[in-house]
Amino acid sequence: MDDDPVFKALADPTRRHLLDRLFERDGRTLTELESELEMTRFGVMKHLRVLEAAGLVVTRRQGREKLHYLNPVPIRLIHDRWITKYAEHRVAVLADLKSELEETA
Amino acid sequence: MSTMTAAATQVYSVFVRATPEQLWAAITKPEFTRKYFYGSVFDSTYEAGAKYCGFSAENGEQYIDGEIVEATAPTKLVTTWRATWTEALAAEPPSRVTWEIEPAGEGVSKLTVVHDRLEDSPATAESVGGGWSYVLSGMKSVVETGKALED
Repeated sequence: MDDDPVFKALADPTRRHLLDRLFERDGRTLTELESELEMTRFGVMKHLRVLEAAGLVVTRRQGREKLHYLNPVPIRLIHDRWITKYAEHRVAVLADLKSELEETA
Repeated sequence: MSTMTAAATQVYSVFVRATPEQLWAAITKPEFTRKYFYGSVFDSTYEAGAKYCGFSAENGEQYIDGEIVEATAPTKLVTTWRATWTEALAAEPPSRVTWEIEPAGEGVSKLTVVHDRLEDSPATAESVGGGWSYVLSGMKSVVETGKALED
């Protein structure tokens, strides 16, 4: 439930590439994803397992097929927990600077 | 033609430190939804066939028009779903939203939202894309800390 598996999953270029492929077209089979990577089926499966463990990929069965979906929520959680916090601080610093400069002007 | 088409089936999932009953309340009770669902409250008796309409708690503007397909507390809620926050969206046919709740270990539940049947509602599919992530992240915050994200 913590952020570590998400950061670890995102720290690999192949896994980020897989997420981008799913972002372009969601709900794909392993075979479809494999056809877009220069990698063995086993290698792709391994990466998908890491993404799934981190919650970034969710699989659902449709008939005989197992479809892989991008789950953007963990990235949103990182955004809300980490990005917003520091970005807002930066904005606040600039706002303070602006008012200070305007006061002394 | 754009290569980016929002998917006709979208899946969103989050782990929350809560019981399934707490999550069910967070989905169905206005005092929770208004804190994370763009200020919306949902009017429904949560029985199959009942209306399921989302309104702005602030000004009463209707955002979502739907019907309960299945309501099995505290594990599954299925509704039809027509976005009404723009005329273009409201003109599209209803899609379907399924909330699934399952226990996921000590004090933790997994919530999955599947928004599907969006094949004939491409503008809706596009419009809800980032929204569900925001909603689920906000819900997690409200349920776990009692605080909305904006606080």
